[in-house]
Amino acid sequence: MSGPLLEVRDLVKHYKATGFLARKAPPVRAVDGVSFSVGKGETLGLVGESGCGKSTVGRTILRLQDATAGSVSFDGSDFLALDSATLRQARRKLQIIFQDPYSSLNPRMTVGDAIAEGIEIHRLAPRAEIAGRVAQLLEEVGLDPGYATRYPHEFSGGQRQRIGIARALAVEPAFIVCDEPVSALDVSVQAQVLNLLADLQARRGISYLFIAHDLAVVRQIAHRVAVMYLGRIVETGPTEEVLAHPAHPYTKALLSAVPVPDPDTQRLRIVLPGDPPSPSNPPSGCAFHPRCPHPAKDARCTTERPLLHQLGGIEVACHHAGADS
Amino acid sequence: MSPLLEVEDLRIAFPSSGATSRPVDGVSFSLSKGELLAVVGESGCGKSLTSLALLRLVPPPGQILPGSAIRLGGTDVLGLNDSELRSIRGRRIGMIFQDPMTSLNPVFTVADQISESVRAHQNVSKRAARARALELLQEVGIPDPVERLDNYPHQMSGGMRQRVMIAIALASEPELLIADEPTTALDVTVQAQILELLDGLRARRGMAVLLITHDLGIVAGRADRVAVMYAGRLVEEAPTAALFARPSHPYTKGLLASVPRITGAVTRLTPIAGTVPPPTAWPAGCRFHPRCPAVLPRCATDDPPALPVGPHHQMRCWLAEAGQA
Repeated sequence: MSGPLLEVRDLVKHYKATGFLARKAPPVRAVDGVSFSVGKGETLGLVGESGCGKSTVGRTILRLQDATAGSVSFDGSDFLALDSATLRQARRKLQIIFQDPYSSLNPRMTVGDAIAEGIEIHRLAPRAEIAGRVAQLLEEVGLDPGYATRYPHEFSGGQRQRIGIARALAVEPAFIVCDEPVSALDVSVQAQVLNLLADLQARRGISYLFIAHDLAVVRQIAHRVAVMYLGRIVETGPTEEVLAHPAHPYTKALLSAVPVPDPDTQRLRIVLPGDPPSPSNPPSGCAFHPRCPHPAKDARCTTERPLLHQLGGIEVACHHAGADS
Repeated sequence: MSPLLEVEDLRIAFPSSGATSRPVDGVSFSLSKGELLAVVGESGCGKSLTSLALLRLVPPPGQILPGSAIRLGGTDVLGLNDSELRSIRGRRIGMIFQDPMTSLNPVFTVADQISESVRAHQNVSKRAARARALELLQEVGIPDPVERLDNYPHQMSGGMRQRVMIAIALASEPELLIADEPTTALDVTVQAQILELLDGLRARRGMAVLLITHDLGIVAGRADRVAVMYAGRLVEEAPTAALFARPSHPYTKGLLASVPRITGAVTRLTPIAGTVPPPTAWPAGCRFHPRCPAVLPRCATDDPPALPVGPHHQMRCWLAEAGQA
């Protein structure tokens, strides 16, 4: 493989406070220096709890929001530096699917028109062939081609998510940001959509950035995983390695909190105290230190921010990773 | 000992100009003092409506049909008039919901809202009610309870708000707490805290808990018994250990096979084929038969009753009779 398809370096997204007291308020550091790469046909799982900045990463990469700093290179070119005309062309290769496909589908547009829109804009097929292309896409995501004339409200959540996927596929992307695509779905439907995403990747060689809060879901689909806490990646590596031998105390806690439908699994339950802190006022040193249960936690954790460093096959940002267990 | 709560043949109908829907259609179960029963099912199975019926809070035009019975410690809940109902709602039965922000009043402080609940059930002074509110905040594990008393709901995180809701529900010392998806909107690490809290409260107060959830994972290791609901009915009911050791109904098996796991080999998920039927058109015979991988010829016409599978373990499936479960 000749280098990664997508390479993100030191991505930063800060939101300035607006309004009356704006000058006094510190910026919200939603994403605070995130680097990762995704290869062709690979899935990177980006995991974390609400407010950790994982969705902001996805949106900033696609330039749905402007980055404060950092670089995103896609297929060798600097994606953040593209002018708007080139960007429009390049965007065809990067698509996104959302948690709630209903809010991203126009309620007054038939499903067929919604899927055809991208094909028309990018002139990917002659007008006469578009209807056939739409029917093929619907079939590919497991829907009846006859649904093209219906409206979004006529479908269930799982079917809408399939429509959202068909719409993203219509422009033949190389990379799809999946922002919590199965979180709103029932488990039986969630399994259908996860299988569909895996099939599409096998067939078309698409890369995914799979953003989720559920480690079990990420394990099902991602080759590598990056765990985020308060705007930074705290641990990253091959999914199996990170989940089998988590090195960061936050990853351990997150893993132990995943509900497992098997009462015989005797697991160490780590219940973290408190809530994730606010990204506008992150704790000093290691952002996790106020909630950290690590026995070796010391003064250094409160003053010095740990950087990602190699530990076996993974990278971890903790002063004491590897010192225990 | 007679059970605290008995529900017999509960049926709820929503009349409409078209087809009348029967979202809950013949549900029977009982709950003893201090017991935790989990009702598990996917969206639209009727689990939330069942819990609302216990408080006679079925939204109009829904009606509880004649022949249904709900008894709380000998009281016939369906026969009560409005003022008698007030002695049940929020007093003998407390309830918490998925989204605490919509159940809390944004313009009153936490102290006001808990005190209101205290004073609604006990004839005490404002000062005593405030003192009781502080005790309750301590009991539900809110850090810095003295400062938090004068917070407004928007100043708290989702997990804290859910703790406040629990404190309000506890104010009247209920015999039964209904928790409808209490952790669905929360992050996993916070979900773990709330589940620990509910478990602790039940042990300490001997309060029965009816946990309504879509997540089999949070049920394992916590509930005493599990009832699986599909298409308006309980299709399988068993002690938790038995249900996970020997899931018998094809729907229960299908749910378990759909859940991505955090341990073991990653294999392709086996989703349940098709989708949940609408409550206006439940299939004839067994309601699961159009999606069932183990369907028998008689399933399309004969509706299976609850049949025994093991000790205290029953299911609505003809396989139980054939001994193939």
